[in-house]
Amino acid sequence: MMNPKTQNKVAIGTLYGVAGLVVLILLALLGYILVSGLPQLSWHFLTAPAKAFLKGGGVGVQLYNSFYLLILAMLISFPIALGAAIYLYEYAKDNWVTTTIRTAIEILSSLPSVVVGLFGFLFFVVKLRLGFSILSGAFALTFFNLPLLTRSIEDSLRTIDTTQREGGLALGLSRWETVTRVILPAAVPSILTGVILSAGRVFGEAAALIYTAGQSAPALDFTDWNPFNISSPLNPMRPAETLAVHIWKINSEGIMPDAKAISSGSSAVLVLAILLFNFAARYLGKRLYKRLTSA
Amino acid sequence: MMKSTQQLEQQLKRHSKAAKLEIWGKVVSFSALILIVAVVVGIIGFVASKGLATFFTNHVSLWDFLSGKSWNPGVTDANGKPEVGALPMIMGSFLITVLSAIVATPFAIGTAVFMNEISPNKGAKILQPVTELLVGIPSVVYGFIGLSVVVPATRAIFGGSGFGILSGTCVLFVMILPTVTSMSVDALRAVPRYYREASLALGATQWQTIYKVVLRAATPGLMTAVVFGMARAFGEALAVQMVIGNAALMPGSLVDPSSTLTSVLTTGIGNTVMGSLQNNALWSLALVLLLMSLVFNLIVRLIGRKGRLQ
Repeated sequence: MMNPKTQNKVAIGTLYGVAGLVVLILLALLGYILVSGLPQLSWHFLTAPAKAFLKGGGVGVQLYNSFYLLILAMLISFPIALGAAIYLYEYAKDNWVTTTIRTAIEILSSLPSVVVGLFGFLFFVVKLRLGFSILSGAFALTFFNLPLLTRSIEDSLRTIDTTQREGGLALGLSRWETVTRVILPAAVPSILTGVILSAGRVFGEAAALIYTAGQSAPALDFTDWNPFNISSPLNPMRPAETLAVHIWKINSEGIMPDAKAISSGSSAVLVLAILLFNFAARYLGKRLYKRLTSA
Repeated sequence: MMKSTQQLEQQLKRHSKAAKLEIWGKVVSFSALILIVAVVVGIIGFVASKGLATFFTNHVSLWDFLSGKSWNPGVTDANGKPEVGALPMIMGSFLITVLSAIVATPFAIGTAVFMNEISPNKGAKILQPVTELLVGIPSVVYGFIGLSVVVPATRAIFGGSGFGILSGTCVLFVMILPTVTSMSVDALRAVPRYYREASLALGATQWQTIYKVVLRAATPGLMTAVVFGMARAFGEALAVQMVIGNAALMPGSLVDPSSTLTSVLTTGIGNTVMGSLQNNALWSLALVLLLMSLVFNLIVRLIGRKGRLQ
């Protein structure tokens, strides 16, 4: 039996090793993505449409679709999540109804995204006959996003001191006025951080989109901004393959000659975008907090 | 005279502008909440009604579905029954989930202990951002790296195609690592400081304190973290589908191509006609997936209830 002091040293040394290994894994992953992906990036790659059977296609349409879907999904899910979080934290009493609702939200957040996507396919694509479209995809992403966003907004509301609420109520404001005039402005920085972080997750999501937004990206005419034309970028009824779906699609079909190079480039774009979301969330959160609270 | 009292009464009883706004706000925020609940009920209801059709409309027996070893819903076997044995996929899903959890748990808990007990400073500065970044990498990117790095490596070492449960485990290990780590950190953080101080004051070394006091006290939380990781692994679709080989066969070894519930779903749903047996059988797989995620939820709840007793 080792004496406790040596044991202590060995154990702590091992833990250093484990932690170091985890850092190495991340560095290796990021290194691989960036080293193999960055050389692929060019203005042509980021803007040109994809080619199915030939080399030299780009991901312009997919990149645009990713952002368009992200914006639509956030526009739909933010108000719902905000309302739900306000009710849960500011109004809900601690009774069985609230417990049930919280359980439902937890269940939604733990559902595999492929199940959410399949439901979206069944309900929006087939039942409501929206077809494979941006709209179906945006709704699927909304469902995927709602529980997380609700929780993060609720956490933001929790960070605001109770004295602020008491202050508002003592001034004769109603509960709703206290929330909208006092609590929300104070919570804006951390709500914003939560929104940007969830945007990063939505941006990289693919499983929920395969059967809702579809796996094809018809060519877009970027001079036509009439949402009712089929080739218009704004048309919400067209199928729209996103960047994440594109990576999956070209790797599982294997008919594109330069699939590997395209996926490397697309992976790098995805990861860079998500890194950007992460840094933006931290920076903007801190910056806004300073501005709004004069701290 | 009478009339003016009435007017006065009306005036006093009328809701003020603020009160109306209050009611409006309450109703609007409550309806947002109800909408989320409706979505959950809708998802469970729709998937269940589709998934049960295999058994009620196509009269496949539940036992055949859960224990059958051959999956080929378009074909009927010698007895004229459709071949809808889901056991290979269920086995595949469970194997890959359990294996990746077994590999990831020591790493995750080790990292969490390091972050919280040994070097909180390095933990906050280096490992916290590292886990956050790892969570942020999209699953298709993990799948692509698995396809271009892990699969060739497995092929070189073990021969065969390289696709299989082993490659899937490697990919899932990295995917669930950050989830389990950050939840383990929360669990360790919840252990009161005086537990550690009492142990150190008794003359225990740091490792003895960690092993005999902190980890024991945090066990329910750590178990929750692992179950969450398993739930994530069980439901992961694309990354697994890209590296597992997609052969709906009983997994003979860890390096044979096999499949999981999610991989069959992602490749199959688009190639079958709505309402056909082939399609219904896939929805039954989706139902199994859904039920399993409810089971994981239940386990987390049970652990939480047990852990709260102390």
